[in-house]
Amino acid sequence: MIVVNDLHKSFGDLEVLRGVSEHVEQGECIVVIGPSGSGKSTFLRCLNLLETPTSGEILFDGVSMTDPKTDINKMRQKMGMVFQHFNLFPNMTILKNITLAPVRTGLMSQKEAEAEAMMLLKRVGLEDKADAYPAQLSGGQKQRIAIVRSLAMHPEVILFDEPTSALDPEMVGEVLDVMRKLAEDGMTMVVVTHEMGFAKEVGDRVLFMEDGVIVEQNTPAEFFANPQSERARSFLAKVLI
Amino acid sequence: MEQYTLWKTLITSGDPVTAWQKFYVYFYQAFIEADRWKQYLSGVVSTLYVTALALALGVILGVIVAVVRTAHDQQRPGHNNPILGVLNFIFKIYVTVIRGTPMMVQLLIMGFVIFSSSKNFALVGALTLGINSGAYQAEIIRGGLMAVDSGQMEAGRSLGLNYVDTMRFIIIPQAVKAILPALGNEFIVLLKDTSLISVIGGKELLYAARAIVSRTYEAMFPFLGTAAIYLVLVMLFTWLLGIFERRLRQSDRR
Repeated sequence: MIVVNDLHKSFGDLEVLRGVSEHVEQGECIVVIGPSGSGKSTFLRCLNLLETPTSGEILFDGVSMTDPKTDINKMRQKMGMVFQHFNLFPNMTILKNITLAPVRTGLMSQKEAEAEAMMLLKRVGLEDKADAYPAQLSGGQKQRIAIVRSLAMHPEVILFDEPTSALDPEMVGEVLDVMRKLAEDGMTMVVVTHEMGFAKEVGDRVLFMEDGVIVEQNTPAEFFANPQSERARSFLAKVLI
Repeated sequence: MEQYTLWKTLITSGDPVTAWQKFYVYFYQAFIEADRWKQYLSGVVSTLYVTALALALGVILGVIVAVVRTAHDQQRPGHNNPILGVLNFIFKIYVTVIRGTPMMVQLLIMGFVIFSSSKNFALVGALTLGINSGAYQAEIIRGGLMAVDSGQMEAGRSLGLNYVDTMRFIIIPQAVKAILPALGNEFIVLLKDTSLISVIGGKELLYAARAIVSRTYEAMFPFLGTAAIYLVLVMLFTWLLGIFERRLRQSDRR
């Protein structure tokens, strides 16, 4: 579904991605882990072109994302994203947050979008918050709304950029539960996270990144039981206490 | 009325009068004699008309300039839209020239050079004030747009919304809320600066007051009255802005 070929990204003199190549298959849940500054988030943000790659190629459903002639807005509609800091729109109610994009992009009528939004809100147990504003919600609730907001666009894949890193520990579970359900329903997901438990349990494949390259990739069971590279071993030794 | 005529003759003949009699006569001739209050009233109407026109023009110019300049600065590397480049260059010159020259000079140039044949002084004045205010508002609005968390733009765009929709529904509403106090300041300055258009013959409030001074040879009451009227107008304006601000703050309640 997504094919990445030799992706490079530099910020000025700093080369953050140094040749990343990867495939994401339909229905796969890929977990990207690695120390901070390893380029995980940049890799994820390059996939939907929030960061413009310096060189390399990204194909999504066979269409080149990096080609200037590609309608990037159309492509992004099929590619949801969930952010570390939720990035809900504080000036709108929850319902408006969810329905804005489907309605403005012509995907649904206002009525359809609202019905869809209520259905999705029910799924994450927040249907009573439809008329609330983001400022009235807890972090975990905001992140669940953010997931619903991207689901409302019926994306083919959702990118998660450290979705639980900004949450209080007691709220991490409720967000991971929603993500786990999504994965079980067959949603294609690319998740950058520090939640090793989630990676082990839900991930189909783990990518370990360091210094702008994918050092190692394997099934979670294999990776956590028997890491091949020295760097992965020392990383795991530090995070799995 | 008879009292006024009587006391007036006392003053002109140089007879001793009480402070109250003096106050009464000067107040009467500044506001009531020959229905002069009507002149102030039509001055206020004209002041409000010029302010409204200039405000509308200034807001439109300010938003356009601010959005174009922000859009130009936010282009992805390698995507340099030539039209945006040209517009950005023109708008930069506009802001520089307008902010770099005194308002009075701009008024004189517009009134006596560019539109020297026009007799509609109020309209020329409103045009000048609007163009002037637009340059300041552009920078205020630009600051507001840049102050909105970049995650908001990313969230909007990652949902597949285009740049214009993201600006319109997500960024601009948040920016407006943040800059409303600064914008209110600018609106108040604009309201008071309409008094300057009397130099090109615009018949607003101060023009009316000066006309009355030159008829009665008495400056105190017309000018104090004018000051009081401006003060009341600004207070009204501030009150309206306060209401607007509270409505925008609705989403902050917890």
